[in-house]
Amino acid sequence: MKKKQARAGKPFKVALLGNPNSGKSTLFNALTGLNQHTGNYPGVTVDKITGEAILQDDKSGAPLTAYILDLPGTYSLYPKTLDEEVCYNVICDDKNPDCPDAAIIVADATNLRRSLFLATQVFDLGIPSVLVLNMIDFAKAKGLHIDEEKLSRSLGIPVLSTNARKKTGIEALKKILASGLRPPGKTLIDVKKFIEPALLDEVRLMFPSKTGYGLYQAVNNQTGISHFKTEPQKADKIKELIKSYHYEKHKVQTAMTIERYKFINDIVRDCVLVNEEEKRKSLSARIDRALTHRVWGYFIFLLILFLIFQSIFFIAPYPMKAIEFLFVKISEAGRNYLPPGELTSLLINGILAGLSGVVVFIPQIALLFAFIAILEDTGYMARVSFLMDKLMRPVGLNGRSVIPLMSGVACAVPAILGTRVIPGRKERLITILVTPFMSCSARLPVYTLLISLVIPATHTYGYFNLQGIALMALYLLGFIAAISVAAILKFFIRVKEKSYFVMEMPLYHLPKLSVIGVSIYQKVKVFLLEAGKIIVIISIILWFMASHSMPGVFSRIEKQYNNRDTVQKYTPAQLNAIVSSDKLKSSFAGKAGRVIEPVIKPLGFDWKIGIALITSFAAREVFVGTMGTLYSADSQDNTMSIRQKMAAATDPHTGKKEYTAATGISLMLFYAFAMQCMSTLAVVYHETKKLKWPIIQFAFMGALAWLASFVAYHIIK
Amino acid sequence: MLIALLTSLDKLKKGERGTIISLNEGEQALKFMEMGCTPGEEVVVDSIAPLGDPMAIIVSGYKLVLRRSEAALINIEKSL
Repeated sequence: MKKKQARAGKPFKVALLGNPNSGKSTLFNALTGLNQHTGNYPGVTVDKITGEAILQDDKSGAPLTAYILDLPGTYSLYPKTLDEEVCYNVICDDKNPDCPDAAIIVADATNLRRSLFLATQVFDLGIPSVLVLNMIDFAKAKGLHIDEEKLSRSLGIPVLSTNARKKTGIEALKKILASGLRPPGKTLIDVKKFIEPALLDEVRLMFPSKTGYGLYQAVNNQTGISHFKTEPQKADKIKELIKSYHYEKHKVQTAMTIERYKFINDIVRDCVLVNEEEKRKSLSARIDRALTHRVWGYFIFLLILFLIFQSIFFIAPYPMKAIEFLFVKISEAGRNYLPPGELTSLLINGILAGLSGVVVFIPQIALLFAFIAILEDTGYMARVSFLMDKLMRPVGLNGRSVIPLMSGVACAVPAILGTRVIPGRKERLITILVTPFMSCSARLPVYTLLISLVIPATHTYGYFNLQGIALMALYLLGFIAAISVAAILKFFIRVKEKSYFVMEMPLYHLPKLSVIGVSIYQKVKVFLLEAGKIIVIISIILWFMASHSMPGVFSRIEKQYNNRDTVQKYTPAQLNAIVSSDKLKSSFAGKAGRVIEPVIKPLGFDWKIGIALITSFAAREVFVGTMGTLYSADSQDNTMSIRQKMAAATDPHTGKKEYTAATGISLMLFYAFAMQCMSTLAVVYHETKKLKWPIIQFAFMGALAWLASFVAYHIIK
Repeated sequence: MLIALLTSLDKLKKGERGTIISLNEGEQALKFMEMGCTPGEEVVVDSIAPLGDPMAIIVSGYKLVLRRSEAALINIEKSL
């Protein structure tokens, strides 16, 4: 039996369990507010969400903190998926540091039967529990009336209903938690009916604190279970026992599942009153007729995608410009008031520039997450999955991959953070790996510059602008690359988890502000803290490379131009541009550009493009600014000026133009395919929890970019 | 006569109903049972995705979506 509730001194740990879509997160938000932390379970890519709820001790009235662990939503404790394995290891292993003192089980009142399946499994493990009925209003609308008192008596545990959205019942739940829960008085399913008592007794010797159902769980599952990882000899012993007793795992489990549902059906028949008159055709069914219609369904989906992108591209630029403006002002102030020197340069051109590159992403991330959270919370995402699954399946993705993939057109960072909604690990990993092929908004300035440089602005067939067609082709190419690479990766990626498509189609809900708010808050926080760290460090390295050289080199350049001739020949601005250009060319970044030149020469790129490729790693659009500095454009913000300089550039040896159609197209293809975004790599690392995946992604995207550019350059040349 | 009524869930058309007789053994069968598809439960095909797959069924009072390949594992007796 479980020990009694921990009191003063020891932390009081409560696990929150429930089916997916049971309103568990809303209840968690209501209990903890923003006292939430996201961490990891050791070794797996499942988020560990914890929070603190402040209770009042019922005797002394003193405040008592309950540590609430929001476990992933599952339908059962039997571990088939990683989410279920995490639940199992927390609930069933009393040596686990997260093993709770009590459990809150959230039941969807519209779906009591299925909710009770998980709930009764937890009771049978002997964990002190309380059952919370959520979505009572939806149940009433369906004509279901639940007798809470009767249910509480049949199960032997407290039952109460809450409406997390209206925050009713939350105080009552806190009171029940504070008053101390007791282990359930009875066992609902007698395992002795299914397993030989002698076998049970032998297993009990190994796990004396487990209940009968706990022992059955130990017999049925050994892989991935934490208490067997620490004591593998016990797993071996059980495997021997299974053989000697001729124990048939699946048969027993099937029989017990059927028995459990029989028991639940009896309770439900007893405690739930169905009012046939109130049972009308639900609103959800009527909405579904339109949203999953063979024509309207797809039309509405495209319309929703269109509206999302319109609003992102319409709204996001305002706060982004404001953020950029703010950073420019801070940099200016820094330049004006701080003493010139190394430290100031590091602060302004290294750290501040890096920070600005991080913060400027926030509006896009927040907006995209607002939309994704709304689609998920209302239940529409499940419908998208239903509509799109067959289309996505041949390439190893599933219906839920569509929204993250499409979000990649705005920015791969929020798109990858959004892959959490994809249930299968394999499908999720493939989506993460191919999303950066989608043409993101940072590629647009690069494409605009290069297209205007090498594609003539003529009209073909009288109507179509050739430059416009080129831009569209680049976007299409990104999409085709994403889909084709997914189809190939499907054969190479092995995930230890079996993938099921089977999913619940939840009823439509109005989106809940708290769920959307918390989702935005969490994603922005992950990005700022996790990705931000890496981005700032790499920005500092890039700053160092671009602004430093071997001792004496820069002062020689300054001296070279500091004479009467040059001062008379150029305006101060021109002179400044020439000096900056020469400095960058001879900096460490310039040297690195020369080092990689042999690799990129076959693509038609010289070492100057090499420098831009390196600095682009901060963000693709940096390409434009770097080109501006290299060709000492008067104003780096002016694409026209950079374009003219680049168009006029000739090779000093051959006298030929540097930017031919072949070089330009080769360069565009390189930007279309190569993984040149450290923010994305940082987020991929965070989401996969393995260094292996961003490295593999960087390698295959780079290889594809190199090949495509090589082929294109040699055909066109 | 009765033999003709035994079929698998994937063969049902929209609006048709039946009762679950058994599930082909395996991990997937357990997953379905956990989600409420136990022998004796009545199922109704709510809709089929416009591209022909997956399908949505009503079971145990809620809507469940599954691929046809998964539905083929569920043996049912079709109601007329």
